[in-house]
Amino acid sequence: MEVLLGIAGKDFVILAASKAAMRGPTVLKAEDDKTRQLNKHTLMAFSGESGDTVQFAEYIQANAALYSMRNDTELSPSAVANFVRGELARSLRSRSPYTVNLLLGGIDPVTEKPHLFWIDYLASLAPLPYAAHGYAQYYCLSILDKHHHPDCTREEGLALLTLCTDELKRRLPIDYKGMLVKMVTKDGVEEITVDNDKVVRSA
Amino acid sequence: MSGYDRALSVFSPDGHVFQVEYAMEAVKRGTCAVGVKGKDIVVLGCEKRSALKLQDTRITPSKIALVDDHICLAFAGLNADARILIDKARLEAQSHRLTVEDPSSIEYITKYIASVQQRYTQSGGVRPFGISTLVVGFDKNDSTPRLYQTEPSGIYSAWKANAIGRSSKTVREFLERNHQDDMDREQTIQLTIKSLLEVVQTGAKNIEVAIMAPGKALEMLPDDQIEAYVKNIETEKQEEAAKKKIRAGTTTAAILTRPGGGESTD
Repeated sequence: MEVLLGIAGKDFVILAASKAAMRGPTVLKAEDDKTRQLNKHTLMAFSGESGDTVQFAEYIQANAALYSMRNDTELSPSAVANFVRGELARSLRSRSPYTVNLLLGGIDPVTEKPHLFWIDYLASLAPLPYAAHGYAQYYCLSILDKHHHPDCTREEGLALLTLCTDELKRRLPIDYKGMLVKMVTKDGVEEITVDNDKVVRSA
Repeated sequence: MSGYDRALSVFSPDGHVFQVEYAMEAVKRGTCAVGVKGKDIVVLGCEKRSALKLQDTRITPSKIALVDDHICLAFAGLNADARILIDKARLEAQSHRLTVEDPSSIEYITKYIASVQQRYTQSGGVRPFGISTLVVGFDKNDSTPRLYQTEPSGIYSAWKANAIGRSSKTVREFLERNHQDDMDREQTIQLTIKSLLEVVQTGAKNIEVAIMAPGKALEMLPDDQIEAYVKNIETEKQEEAAKKKIRAGTTTAAILTRPGGGESTD
């Protein structure tokens, strides 16, 4: 029961991932970071088979770095997303495919426009204004449908995220140990401190 | 032709591998590159071929390349060979990060580059890389500047300051005379440019300079700043020459009995 959420706004993208690292019903770690920064303006959040996830994310990270080193340019978020999709599609048709679901968010360094991509282990790629993976989809997409608008400010974006996490706390039967929230802007990636201890009562 | 320079991996009877020696000759014909270590930075300087009139300078390849965020490399010799070697080094740097989750040390990547160069002196169907490289940078969590050199034969060595390429001997001798330990940023850059000016006649527009500092990105010195350094150095030189002339005048006056003696240096 891992939670991945992504929200794109006017000039930013928020990616949020649950902090629990689980194996079966056991929580192994409560401060897990399920994100990797791919370059200055691109961040990837991942969930899925543990082991696969980090292995795949770091493979992508190394390849993105190699590309920018070789060509002296940074890849745009959409370029990275398509590369990731290609790698997943290749892996899917191999003997041991990666079972990794991803959200990829970033700011295009040229146009300074935000981009958010939803990618799953079957190598589907969808550019979206907001996205979720796993059970979070059932609880959050309706909230995001109702409240999200593409020109929302950073404050509105974070407020929207709180609406989502509150709903998750209210309805998910398992404690996912709070969310790690990161925001991508034209200045790079920064971690946002959020109040994970807030108690939300169910009706 | 003695016949011993045909196949690469064949020794001549007196123990030479000619192809490797020819590769070193190619290095000597390449444009000059200098590396200098200061107290807490390391500087690379290169002689840059001037672009032709109709050439688009935006894509003129630099002789200074980034291997990883913390490792920089300058080369002398065949540009095309360098591209391939740099690409291999970049791949290894990223592969190292992926496998051990740490950036590689400068020595590691130097060893890797040298071992690739060595491999190309001992296997069939290939020729050696016609380049020498200067590898500089800082290891992770370490502020000691590093400077290494590799050669076509696969030899690698560490230096305080060194030069490769055309007239490298002149530049190295200049560095031997003028290098001091614990040079600050200004002194290090100045020494780099000064040593290059020993062999680059055309001045600032044919020089490129890269600076590395611990934990920081590679800094390419902007052209106008290089020009300012060159101007400073030139006026300094002129002043010194003027002083020398005055001194030379007095000394020759004093030892009139020995015409043509003494001050014939430089």
